[in-house]
Amino acid sequence: MNGLRNFVDKIKPTFEKGGKLGFLHSTFDAFETFLFVPNTVTRRGAHVRDCVDLKRVMIMVVIALVPAMLFGIWNTGYQHSLAFGLGWGFWNIVLYGLVKVLPLYIVSYLVGLGIEFVSAQIQGHEVNEGYLVSGMLIPLIVPVDVPLWMLAIAVAFAVIIGKEVFGGTGMNIWNPALLTRAFLFFSYPSKMSGDTIWTGGMTRYMAEGTAFQCGNGLVDGVSGATPLANPTLANLEPQFMDMVLGTIPGSVGETSVIAILIGAFILIWTGVASWKIMLSSVAGGLAIGYLGYAVGATDLPGYYQLVMGGFLFGTVFMATDPVTSAQTECGKWIYGFLVGALAVTVRLWNPGYPEGMMLAILLMNTFAPLIDHYVIEFSIKRRDKKVKIA
Amino acid sequence: MSNNIYLKKGLDLPINGEAAQNTKKVIVPDVVAVKPTDFRGLVPKLLVREGDKVLAGTPVLADKMSQNILFASPVSGTVAEVVRGEKRKLLEVRIKADAQQEYVDYGVKKVSGMSAEQIKEALLQSGLWPALTQRPYGIIANPEVKPKAIFVSAFTTAPLAANPEFALGEELKYIQTAINALGKLTDGGVHLSLNAENCSGTPFHKLENVIQHTFSGKHPAGNVGVQIHHISPIRKGETVWTVSLVMLAAIGKLFDTGKYDVRRKVAVTGPKVNGPAYVAAYPGIAMKDLKDFYNASEDLRFISGDVLTGTNVGADGFLGFFDNQVTILEEGNKYELLGWAKPVRSSQFSASRTYFSWLTPNKKYDMDTNLHGGPRAFVVNDTYSKVLPMDLYPVYLLKACLANDIDKMEKFGIYEVLEEDLALCEYVCPSKIYIQQIITDGIALMLKEMC
Repeated sequence: MNGLRNFVDKIKPTFEKGGKLGFLHSTFDAFETFLFVPNTVTRRGAHVRDCVDLKRVMIMVVIALVPAMLFGIWNTGYQHSLAFGLGWGFWNIVLYGLVKVLPLYIVSYLVGLGIEFVSAQIQGHEVNEGYLVSGMLIPLIVPVDVPLWMLAIAVAFAVIIGKEVFGGTGMNIWNPALLTRAFLFFSYPSKMSGDTIWTGGMTRYMAEGTAFQCGNGLVDGVSGATPLANPTLANLEPQFMDMVLGTIPGSVGETSVIAILIGAFILIWTGVASWKIMLSSVAGGLAIGYLGYAVGATDLPGYYQLVMGGFLFGTVFMATDPVTSAQTECGKWIYGFLVGALAVTVRLWNPGYPEGMMLAILLMNTFAPLIDHYVIEFSIKRRDKKVKIA
Repeated sequence: MSNNIYLKKGLDLPINGEAAQNTKKVIVPDVVAVKPTDFRGLVPKLLVREGDKVLAGTPVLADKMSQNILFASPVSGTVAEVVRGEKRKLLEVRIKADAQQEYVDYGVKKVSGMSAEQIKEALLQSGLWPALTQRPYGIIANPEVKPKAIFVSAFTTAPLAANPEFALGEELKYIQTAINALGKLTDGGVHLSLNAENCSGTPFHKLENVIQHTFSGKHPAGNVGVQIHHISPIRKGETVWTVSLVMLAAIGKLFDTGKYDVRRKVAVTGPKVNGPAYVAAYPGIAMKDLKDFYNASEDLRFISGDVLTGTNVGADGFLGFFDNQVTILEEGNKYELLGWAKPVRSSQFSASRTYFSWLTPNKKYDMDTNLHGGPRAFVVNDTYSKVLPMDLYPVYLLKACLANDIDKMEKFGIYEVLEEDLALCEYVCPSKIYIQQIITDGIALMLKEMC
């Protein structure tokens, strides 16, 4: 332990202002604070401080995402094996999943953190931890076959235009991970929608007639479609349990309800994410889902809306982003409800987009400050009235 | 009691070093200091010179803005040194105390026969007027103004704070005198807040001529600002005064004995104190007078007050005018390997559930002054409201202060808060934002623009 500390102390002057590598001081600082809680003491105000910091908060979200990530890796291989009739065992499946998913992570973190480091360097502040979570989220919400260069461009767009121009973590208006997805979705629609993009290797097979391992080619009857492609009761009732388990095609991390619920449990347990947003989003989704069912827009009962597509993943991990969601407690109820309600509304009544979660969250990110504004205005007025009476 | 106000939000800091309820030592003062920096916004005028003889109660400073507000020496002795800082800012008037204490005789007075003007006059000339704090802004009360009411908190929830029953239980008679006197300065009465848990057990419930309230809850339920917020919120243009029990006792003694007698029992607390206990002392005593309580070879922080709101006075510093507590902490200027990444950090406390300290609610911790992280922007938005039992939006208030937006500061409640009320928000903040400093700057701006 002490050896490491001594080593860091020894090389530190090189990276300080005026040192040989002084231009890398933010980068050095990021790695140093990653290894060691700094020795800074309180200067003013409260002399003692809670031992929680943003690194801890962020790492909790990362941990909560691990079940969804692990399942996503497995499911990527499983879907590939299923589509091509390979009959793989567990390790083959995992290996293929790793081969497909790891590059997404490498690109996401390299590009995103790279930009964070550079911008911290330019602005002379410490590197923010926010991207630890964004970088973890991004590979989980894209189709596994997305070309890596597209992902790189989208990440760069989201981090620069979505976050750094506003001043970095804590100042952004939209969830950076969702912005990445939105960028991909609108810039490269052919790679982001349709039936063939959700199963690893299928895109390439369609284009070139070959895949990592394609056996005898696609198994008859495999469409690769997600449940959202054809959301009818006749189609989905037989695979309801698959949708809960997550053994269906879809974005890498969004398919398994169980894995997401484990993450939700961790987030609520540690108090990192707001249970109010999660609950009200589910309520909003159910409300519109059953409304659609009642008026005949769909023959699926409302609860199907929760297990399909990215609804639950968005509700648990994306809508609850503390920076871009509503800040007031009452506002959180409204915000969450509208996220859920809008997502299902887009699904049911908009023929253009089979999935509405991304758009719903981004739209509500935009309106969250407005919701807060009115909640606060209302609360202040009510208090004034109370004081006047008293 | 039926009208008990129950505050659900808050946090009692589990920190080691509570003072045992005995008076271990009587401090014989050597050098004591009168510090104008104990008062917000005070521009002091020096009334004595080095070498002057003073008695306990002799004015040594006046307020340059309203020169009838005086500040007195707590002891009799000789002015030894006038300490100035940058731009010749007056920091301390150090007085070398005599072996025998002599007091200025202000004359025993019967409060019942006095008018409001006479009471004001007595307080002003004796140097006890600065004991009254005005809200909004937490400045010395303006003698020209008649406050809406006067508020006193008769209990404390601050970390390791002196127990009022032990420290002041014997001064009940004087406190009553002071309440009778101050009651004449306002039409709204003197409001006394008691802790619901011992509201019939504490001697203070016997105080008369007060409007009693009871509160229950964790810190900051004992903060007078939080209590005012629930009893009668301060609105724009209104003024209330607050005064502590310690100061009430001194005011009572002035009328009953004719002396400026600010002696008090001071709790010496904190994880780095050997045998935390009380000492009989004066405000302005040097930290060095407490040398039996700490190990001088360690790197320590000396706080006049509690760990959340106190002032870092340093090993050569002096106790503040209002304070009856000294906290001694270890400076946390050490690195901790992978601290934030450890699953369990058993020697650290966190109010959040991202660590597991909430599983051991009775454990106390040897806290130090490490910041435990680096400063960041506001990210997590619901941590503050969990420890702030006020109907306010702290993040919005802070952002209004940062933006120097006076309209918004008013709207979000700058009149109702002082630093101490938001100190816990600062403690729990994962972004390590200096919240109290932001409020200080906000109040300074209000004072500049509004007065």
